[in-house]
Amino acid sequence: MGKTFKTIDDAVIRFAGDSGDGMQLTGGRFTETTATLGNDLSTLPDFPAEIRAPAGSLAGVSAFQIHFSSKDIHTPGDQPDVLVAMNPAALKAHQKELIPGGTIIINTDSFTKKNLKFADYDTSPVEDGTLDDYFAVIPIEMNKLVTAACEGLDMSPKFVARTKNFFALGVLYYMYDRPLEATEKWLEKKFAGKDVIIDANKRAMHAGYNYADTTELFTTRFKVEKAVLPSGKYRNINGNHATSLGLLAASEKSGLNLFFGGYPITPASDILHTLAAWKHFGVQTFQAEDEIAGIASVLGASFTGNLAVTATSGPGIALKGEAMGLAVMTELPMVIINVQRGGPSTGLPTKTEQSDLVQALYGRNGEAPIPLIAAATPGDCFYAAYEASRIALKYMTPVVLLTDGYLANGSEPWKIPDVDSMESIDVQFVDGLKEGEEFMPYKRDEDTLSRPWAIPGVPGLEHRVGGLEKAENTGHVSYDPDNHQRMVELRQEKVDRIQNDIAKTEVFGEENGDVLILSWGGTYGSCRSAVETLHDQEKSVSHVHVRWISPLPKDLGEIIIKFKNVLIPEINMGQLIKIIRSEYLVDAKGLNQVNGKPISASRIVEKVNEMVG
Amino acid sequence: MSDVNTPTYTKKDFESDQAVRWCPGCGDYGILAQTQKTMPTFGRKKEDFVFVSGIGCSSRFPYYMNAYGFHTIHGRAPAVASGVKIANPDLSVWVITGDGDGLSIGGNHFMHALRRNMDLNILLFNNRIYGLTKGQYSPTSKVGHVTKASPFGSLDIPLNPPSLALGAQATFVARTIDRWQAHLAQMLERSYHHDGGSLIEIYQNCNIFNDGAFEEYTSADKFENVIEVKHGEPMVFAKGTKGIKLDGFKAVVVDMEKHSLDDLLVHDETNLDLAHIIANWTTHPVLPEPIGVLYSVDKPTYNSEMVAQVDSAVKAKGAGKVQDLLNAGDTWTVK
Repeated sequence: MGKTFKTIDDAVIRFAGDSGDGMQLTGGRFTETTATLGNDLSTLPDFPAEIRAPAGSLAGVSAFQIHFSSKDIHTPGDQPDVLVAMNPAALKAHQKELIPGGTIIINTDSFTKKNLKFADYDTSPVEDGTLDDYFAVIPIEMNKLVTAACEGLDMSPKFVARTKNFFALGVLYYMYDRPLEATEKWLEKKFAGKDVIIDANKRAMHAGYNYADTTELFTTRFKVEKAVLPSGKYRNINGNHATSLGLLAASEKSGLNLFFGGYPITPASDILHTLAAWKHFGVQTFQAEDEIAGIASVLGASFTGNLAVTATSGPGIALKGEAMGLAVMTELPMVIINVQRGGPSTGLPTKTEQSDLVQALYGRNGEAPIPLIAAATPGDCFYAAYEASRIALKYMTPVVLLTDGYLANGSEPWKIPDVDSMESIDVQFVDGLKEGEEFMPYKRDEDTLSRPWAIPGVPGLEHRVGGLEKAENTGHVSYDPDNHQRMVELRQEKVDRIQNDIAKTEVFGEENGDVLILSWGGTYGSCRSAVETLHDQEKSVSHVHVRWISPLPKDLGEIIIKFKNVLIPEINMGQLIKIIRSEYLVDAKGLNQVNGKPISASRIVEKVNEMVG
Repeated sequence: MSDVNTPTYTKKDFESDQAVRWCPGCGDYGILAQTQKTMPTFGRKKEDFVFVSGIGCSSRFPYYMNAYGFHTIHGRAPAVASGVKIANPDLSVWVITGDGDGLSIGGNHFMHALRRNMDLNILLFNNRIYGLTKGQYSPTSKVGHVTKASPFGSLDIPLNPPSLALGAQATFVARTIDRWQAHLAQMLERSYHHDGGSLIEIYQNCNIFNDGAFEEYTSADKFENVIEVKHGEPMVFAKGTKGIKLDGFKAVVVDMEKHSLDDLLVHDETNLDLAHIIANWTTHPVLPEPIGVLYSVDKPTYNSEMVAQVDSAVKAKGAGKVQDLLNAGDTWTVK
């Protein structure tokens, strides 16, 4: 057909359309197909908070970006190579981020006067030539083409038009040489019993594929070879799913029932949904009447011997603060997950941010230290949730797990862990007393300083816990000044001792040099990418990523001082930086961005080059 | 010969070693003593009892019971107790709360625990005042109540806990009075044997900040002002001299010298409409204050339904293995 194949290392595609255009689903299918082909990948769903903003409006644009590669990649990509714009609003909202010279595939059938006006276009950008100088524009009459493809099907024109996302998917499958079978199978499963829907979407997808094949619009096809990844069995996973699986693994390994008490909130609700489906694992999910009741039920379930978990986002944590303090005082194990989103207040519910770190560390009355771990990647959410559970149970403490909207909804290929070989979680309930022994609910383990876990139903261990200060050992209510001083110190000391249990810090790059990039949470990928680029430029830059922020790793201080500069990129106004500066007295510099999006690797590269020339 | 499996306890077994620190003369003492006295009669192992409370004078209660106890945070006891009950449905879980704790800051949890029919025994100590914060009006204080926070009289309209509980779909609603010790014991026993969420509102005198709030129900002429409603029995009070009959939906007091028992309203604790009518007698200028079991019906409990869902899921799918779940779906192998 005269088409040439070009092999490339990686590509970034963004699907953008109206909320009702099925962009998340389209992106999801492209991702699954790409994952099973063995590319490394990273995704960034970006959708509005409104379920259906007015059709065609800028507010209603929903997008999904995927970066896939034959190399090991860490981010969903800075600038798309290809933008699929299903309507004028999608074009308007996303065109500026496209790489110069990139390709725009446009559904011209949606470029009606009304939709153009909605998107604030005076004239159609497809016709007025404004795009042509910068981009390769491929206009396609998708509605017309799917109508033709679905001719003869018993389906209303409205439903036929809805298949246009599968047409676009077919076009992209052609461009990047992806098979259609996996998506066909998925359609058959998803719409089992609704043959006409399966048929229509298949026809639309094939029509897109064939259209791209036969027209002269697509002169080049791209090949992205398999990535070289460590051997093993892989699947694609997003952060919320990985978090749920991590909790379940901790439940199985500890032998404790998993109890989840929570209240629906974006972007954490998927954890509730996922766990609710796992009843055959004995998982009990309690959708409480509010955020406070969610964590209150978790306190009750923990007191009764469950692995108890709640998940929410920033506004929910604000409500849970008092109960988190009670968890500190009663020293009951639990995992409190904050899938961070844009704030303050209701903020940007569907966008990502790292602005709840200080809230998580200090957002309670009194001296209320809580261990804090943050997940680095979607797949790491599994390990972080497992680790949070392990530490909570070992040290008898609430643990905060921070993820964020980007990790929660973003996905990556993930090597499936072998549960048997994961670190064990041994839980010992107190099962009774020796003759004449008195039960001491606040007598601590010498190593961990954890207190014993005695659960209702066991004779002889009847005891009371509560929010009033406890006397050391006996746990009786105590207002004694010296005891309070001692207990405040013990609760902090217990958290500090977790340092003995956390992995040695890894330095990516040289052990000393001009710049250390220090990251936490979801900015891991951008920072690692940036450092790889800077290494290619032969810059003296290293990367350290911290997972535990309370306590910080023991060895972090001695690592930091070996660098002339410390740069801390964060999606906030500078939160980890405050802690690092005060903890280690270093003049760390921040790179801060709070626009609801991940920091791009190129911004970090730029910043480092500014710093060291 | 007694059954070896049935524990024999005395009141002492339920007394903790902690000094009780309510004000001398507080109505809470009587409620605590009666609870400690009644618990041994249930024949239930001591270690199976859990007392969960919120914040307030009454919420210190768990510290004084030699049972498992959790003194939580203001208003949240029903939610904490729900977690306890779901985690181990075999426990007998008691919520100790007050009018401020349970109905003001904790109104939401109170309502939702009842509507779910979570098998909790909620004891609401109603003294119509905030005691621990030294005497502000509460959600059950009367209009015009003068306190430090309402020097010109409270503007709030009080709510009636049984009406609220019935509106929230509670399956067991009762009321008793701290000084009516035998009646209190009966209510505790009825609540214990009710499989489902139960509310006992206990009128409790705060002799420091709201002394005499319930005097008309505890003084010498109390029988004129209180009616003890009993399932299947006609509504008589004032030592048999007065009765209540229904005139349409309206209850009226009748003189028993002029009426027979057959004329009277007969209590049916399974009748929700009737329960609403009786609950509304509270604070009525003429009608007596109803105490007793206003409403009791059996419905599936949240906790037992939760167990059933888990069991049926295990039966349908087999007990899950995490490794299988991890390996499920679209996977590929890198060599």
